[in-house]
Amino acid sequence: MRSRRVLITGLSTYWGGRLALALEQDPAIEAIIGVDTRDPTVELERTEFVRVGNQHALIRRIVGAAEIDTVIDTRLAVDSIWTSARAAHENNVIGTMNIVTACGGPDSPVRKFVFKSSAHFYGCERDDPAYFTEQMPRPHPPATPIERDIVEAEEAVSEFDRRNPDVSVTVLRFANALGAGVTTSHLRLFSLPVVPTILGFDPRYQFIHEDDIVGALEFAVREDVPGIYNGAGDGVLVLSEVLDLLGKPMAPVLPPFGTGLLAGPLSRVGLRIPVEMLNQLRYGRGIDNRRLKAAGYAFRYTTREAVIKQGEHMRLRPVLRGARQPYRYEQEVEEFLRWSPNVRHSGATAGKAVRPSPRQVHELQRALAALGERSAEPAGPSEPTPAGAGEADYDTLEAAEVIAVLPSLPRADLEALRRHESTGAQRTDVIAAIDRLLAPSRSAGG
Amino acid sequence: MSDAPRLPLAESRAMTDQAQARTEARPAPSPVPATREDLRDHLPGVEAERRVTDWGRSERIEGLFDRTVIDFFYRYWFRVEVEGIEHVPSRGGALLVSNHAGALPPDAPMIAKAVREEHPNPRPVHLLVEHFFKGYPGFAMLLPKIGAVPAHPANAHRLLYDEGALVQVMPEGRKGSEKLYRDRYRLRRFGRGGFVATAMRAQAPIVPIAVIGAEEAAPIFAHVTALQRLTGLLYFPITPTFPHFGLAGMAGYLPAKFRIRFLEPIPTDEWGPDGAEDRGLVQTVASEIRARIQDELLEMVSRRRSVWFG
Repeated sequence: MRSRRVLITGLSTYWGGRLALALEQDPAIEAIIGVDTRDPTVELERTEFVRVGNQHALIRRIVGAAEIDTVIDTRLAVDSIWTSARAAHENNVIGTMNIVTACGGPDSPVRKFVFKSSAHFYGCERDDPAYFTEQMPRPHPPATPIERDIVEAEEAVSEFDRRNPDVSVTVLRFANALGAGVTTSHLRLFSLPVVPTILGFDPRYQFIHEDDIVGALEFAVREDVPGIYNGAGDGVLVLSEVLDLLGKPMAPVLPPFGTGLLAGPLSRVGLRIPVEMLNQLRYGRGIDNRRLKAAGYAFRYTTREAVIKQGEHMRLRPVLRGARQPYRYEQEVEEFLRWSPNVRHSGATAGKAVRPSPRQVHELQRALAALGERSAEPAGPSEPTPAGAGEADYDTLEAAEVIAVLPSLPRADLEALRRHESTGAQRTDVIAAIDRLLAPSRSAGG
Repeated sequence: MSDAPRLPLAESRAMTDQAQARTEARPAPSPVPATREDLRDHLPGVEAERRVTDWGRSERIEGLFDRTVIDFFYRYWFRVEVEGIEHVPSRGGALLVSNHAGALPPDAPMIAKAVREEHPNPRPVHLLVEHFFKGYPGFAMLLPKIGAVPAHPANAHRLLYDEGALVQVMPEGRKGSEKLYRDRYRLRRFGRGGFVATAMRAQAPIVPIAVIGAEEAAPIFAHVTALQRLTGLLYFPITPTFPHFGLAGMAGYLPAKFRIRFLEPIPTDEWGPDGAEDRGLVQTVASEIRARIQDELLEMVSRRRSVWFG
């Protein structure tokens, strides 16, 4: 199934925003709608943001009204450092339940559901395998609130999968994320001048670069890959090697026994180590990413490359601090850009208008001239003589090229072009672009 | 040697057919996923700059350890003699199964060293160790660096099947290493036969190994349960040097003469990967292997003139 109309839940999380940005580049996806309770944190062009919580009735109405065929749930909180356990539970368990409820049902247009989960699903225990595969159950029941939430959320998703056999459900379990844009409790620990570790342990660590998380989510939207997949960079490092690559000294100062007891006093002096991280610092974890690779996704970074990249970023951060203002979502501006009849270039081109190259202009003019000659001929079943030449010329142009040149065309040409396009190639994005240009003058005329 | 008891393969195979009907009704819960997706083409590539492998093995630390301590014990202290090294395959996965003894068992590193030293195609040997070590500070850091892997069936399967590596297992486990000196060379139970099931699933041959010397090198005379509880160790033994010489006394081995005999490998592919689901077959093969190692041990001990000089 080809996804055309997608809904991203958790648009304002880092991953929701990044995914929306990535999907915006794909002209085949005609509608992107994002829901969240907070403002988006990235500058979105054609994604529509609807402020709504996890109420299933409201989301169901949006899904139905917009004929959403693909829902991507990026909401899951996998790090207990940012939220209270209660808020995380509300978001992870109740929220997921509501969202799958909104997507289910006999009249639901949803045909694909992609769920971003975490390798915390497996936990970290002493008798874990070195590599978790997707079919392996947790060896022990979850011990920390966040792990419990993730397990429960996945249960809700798998129940949704069982009850809706015609919906393709993909669950992606990601290892710890690295990247310039992410903030996790591990990255907070690694950004200390000296990194405290547990005495006598050197756990195995596997990471995934943020681009690969977005890439894998996008892959799941583009391709049909139902099932559960682990997402992690190739290779498993040990913590000492990770810190060496980051250029941080390792200080094995946390006591091996009673580490949990120490976590309380440590958080009071500013070193917050969430409970789910303690076991990872002790036992480490590796997950088997081969199933996702076999499905066709090519990871861009290995674990080692992601760590090296993170090190570069961490060295640059003090230099770049404050150099760039964070994006702020302005409701009125976004609505003006999207809906005002006075906007000539939609949000998609506002700010960074694409300048057509002289070659593009020349080619389109030549193609249009050929078209014009043909349409000037007396109407009727004119034999498709050498005509084909012009048509072929025009149709061989890339959609992006055509769209770039459109604003420079006179109105009559645009209308002719629209007629041709709607009878010929029917590229929705080209037609939409023409309509956008025609719309203001139409309303002005009428 | 030549009249060593052979595995009654024909009988075992007959048993498989009988047991087939019984096992089909109740699929045994398997720790390794039943699906046999072949993902070997998708193993991560080798990154040359890495210092530690994906299993946590450090060539540098292992090499250092090997050149100093292990080499000293192998050459000069235990004066290890090796027979039948040709039974270790040169490529592909193989499961090395041996007896196990000694307070801090010296037999495992000596077998790994024997493969490195004597084999025409020396390959690293991954030693399966108890999960306990992954949770004990110090051991958790050091053991993986020198080639130990927690004994999870999935780990053994990945090593044997996907990576085609040599895996060494002591099916007696701690029951072997904690046994007292007076029980020497009497094999304990071979676990629950899990090692056979793992080898069958991975279609890897099993190489039985009989090793003598370790029992006398690190004899245990008694156990102190109270101190075991206090330290959280697997057991707290009284040996000739421990605990009165401190923790280093654990490695205070007596210079017994070691003899390692690699026995003829047992191919597991003739039973097919489904053989692993047949408990009866697995147990039969496991006890056959145990009997074979036991016979070989008794024969080696009976011919040994001196504990110290061989």
